[in-house]
Amino acid sequence: MAKITFDGIEVEVPDGTTILNAARKIGGGVVPPAMCYYTPLKGSGGKCRACLVRVAAGSAKDPRPMPKLVASCITPVQDGMVVENTTSPQVLDVRKGIVEMLLINHPLDCPVCDQAGECDLQNFAFEHGVSTTRYEEERRTFEKIDIGPYVQLHMTRCILCYRCVYTADQLTDGRVHGVLGRGDASEIGTYIENIIDNDFSGNVIDVCPVGALTDKTWRFKQRVWFTKPMNAHRECSHEKCNGHVTLWYKGKDVLRVTARKDEYGEVKEWICNECRFDKKETADWIIEGPAHVDRSSVVSQGHYELPVINPQVIADLPESTVRDLQQNPPLKLGGFNG
Amino acid sequence: MGRKLLTEHVNVEGIETFEVYRKHGGYRAVEKALKTMTPEEVVDEVKKSGLRGRGGAGFPTGMKWSFLAKPEGVPRYLVCNADESEPGTFKDRYLMSKLPHLLIEGMIAGSYALGARTSYIYIRGELLYVLRILEKAIAEAYAAGFLGENILGSGYSLDLYVHPGAGAYICGEETALLESLEGKRGNPRNKPPFPAVQGLYARPTVVNNVESIASVVPILNDGGDEYAKLGVGKSTGTKLFSACGHLNKPGIYELELGLPVEEFIYSDEYCGGIWKGRELKAVVAGGSSVPILPKELILKTAAGENRLMTYESLSDGGFVTGTMLGSGGFIAMDETTCIVKNTWNFSRFYHHESCGQCSPCREGTGWLEKVLHRLEHGHGSMHDIDLVVSVAKQIEGNTICPLGEAAAWPVAAAVRHFRDEFEWHVKHPKEATQPGAVYRGAGVLV
Repeated sequence: MAKITFDGIEVEVPDGTTILNAARKIGGGVVPPAMCYYTPLKGSGGKCRACLVRVAAGSAKDPRPMPKLVASCITPVQDGMVVENTTSPQVLDVRKGIVEMLLINHPLDCPVCDQAGECDLQNFAFEHGVSTTRYEEERRTFEKIDIGPYVQLHMTRCILCYRCVYTADQLTDGRVHGVLGRGDASEIGTYIENIIDNDFSGNVIDVCPVGALTDKTWRFKQRVWFTKPMNAHRECSHEKCNGHVTLWYKGKDVLRVTARKDEYGEVKEWICNECRFDKKETADWIIEGPAHVDRSSVVSQGHYELPVINPQVIADLPESTVRDLQQNPPLKLGGFNG
Repeated sequence: MGRKLLTEHVNVEGIETFEVYRKHGGYRAVEKALKTMTPEEVVDEVKKSGLRGRGGAGFPTGMKWSFLAKPEGVPRYLVCNADESEPGTFKDRYLMSKLPHLLIEGMIAGSYALGARTSYIYIRGELLYVLRILEKAIAEAYAAGFLGENILGSGYSLDLYVHPGAGAYICGEETALLESLEGKRGNPRNKPPFPAVQGLYARPTVVNNVESIASVVPILNDGGDEYAKLGVGKSTGTKLFSACGHLNKPGIYELELGLPVEEFIYSDEYCGGIWKGRELKAVVAGGSSVPILPKELILKTAAGENRLMTYESLSDGGFVTGTMLGSGGFIAMDETTCIVKNTWNFSRFYHHESCGQCSPCREGTGWLEKVLHRLEHGHGSMHDIDLVVSVAKQIEGNTICPLGEAAAWPVAAAVRHFRDEFEWHVKHPKEATQPGAVYRGAGVLV
């Protein structure tokens, strides 16, 4: 076990844990943002540089600070390490720069982008960026290419996190897409024009932090904050899929099916294309209850979820509220992440 | 001229063949190492020599070798980085094409020291003719029993391969090189793990520059202590410099480290002064990535001492008034050189060569190039000068590999030392965009 101090908070984690995961153990506002790191995908991380933190002391043995900021998602902790994230002005400054860099070639087409409302870059820019740009030149654009019937590729929006490449590598047998080209001309593509055709291809949509890969069966149907996520499951015949999903309702219609994500937007169980694209009737599913969405998320603006109040942890509730709760207990549906 | 250790016999007719090379004392180092020394002793000699990596970073080679992890039953590799693509640097190409056996001899000795059974020379794709020279030399070495099974009856066996890259500057970064050698896209890896622990095929690997490996040969022949007597302080031995730009005698010079920069530029023995009788304006001392210095600062340090061709003297004053020895690509610029255009040109190179993996470098190098293009072509504003410095600062230190720094340093240094020239471009766009127009200080026009 290693004990580290992260933003002044002590936390103990197993050896080999990354700084980011140690911070996630603390949770809340101190967790560095991550645009390319994805826990279930081996080898991901280190690319977007959004999670850079300052290591003020390397370890108990060697308490010298690290000369450069390090990517917290790939740097393992050492016992006695002291890490500064939100407490370091340098880190916040650099992060501002990273937002600026990422937004150079990312179009601000959020009003017509299906990812808006659940976009990592949107959140990242909102939390860490500035509202102006110093970039005046022409922005990079790409010819549209068709990569198949289910997944829509908007290369112009891509931030080259490589998550979809790792997903295809680690979930499927034959990856047909990858990064072509170099520098700011690199693009996700299939060489030569090819369609992505396998049972798990839909998962690239869930891992995409931006709207570069979206669900063709859901395109332009509804803004995400007007829909209500419900956790549900079904008996899936696919051996690698256990059918645990989130259904996104508008009224009585299932508009979209996604895998279940945790608070950091990470998929825990991959789902197959049949569950994702073909089962869009409530009758196909056993409903478990509302999926938990963070209060701060724009998806919560619909206030679909009943307040989760636990009198045991909130000590000073007014008596009237306690009485009220006893008479009308809040529905216990699903709970956190189902 | 000082003593030459690497290029002593470079002009001997037929030195690229095994026979002639052997006749001039070639492969003595391998014989000595394999017959009389243990691998640890070879490493110790290199440590004693104080040899520092000749690829640019200047990390002590012996120390790098001693860091190599040596788990039981796991193969280790020595990889020679011959992907020399830094603008202004062409010493390795010269060394390999003229003295291929020197590199092979160094590879054998180095592989023996590290316990590698298989070693690779990763050569830049454009150097196809050098690849052929090397392959021919390797075949000769196999035929003479210096490569293959049981070399010289010592029980040590080594296979050596040459692998060409596909023409990417980034593959000169050691982990990108290893990725490329494995047949993957040449993206630098996240560190840790370092190559000394998990390198080629996830095995412990040492990656060394061509010249570093070649330098092992004279170190073993004369002994590390003898080698360390050459040079000044921690800059021991001799180093190849590829002098280019506006010089009377550009070319490759092997110098004992410690020669004054002034003597190197102006002495007839070396570069012979600036061409056409012009004045020196600026020097990029170690390949395009290192900070550019104006004449006053490259000849003398800020303290007024003579600047020497050593790692320490060139970096004296940090980046405020100093630069780096780098890879030895010595680019001299005369008074007719436009620094803004030159900076734009360098940054165009880094924009083209960024691998595009991490965001600050992918987006920042392109941004730098575009703003510098604007400044050079008379469309810039005063604000743009601060903008390039700010963007360079946002890239520097925040990337996966050193290409970010390599792109940022020359830009930041150019503005640091030649800000008036940038401002002149903004204030006088008409004059600045005329062909051949150059700022010569205090508003004097050509």
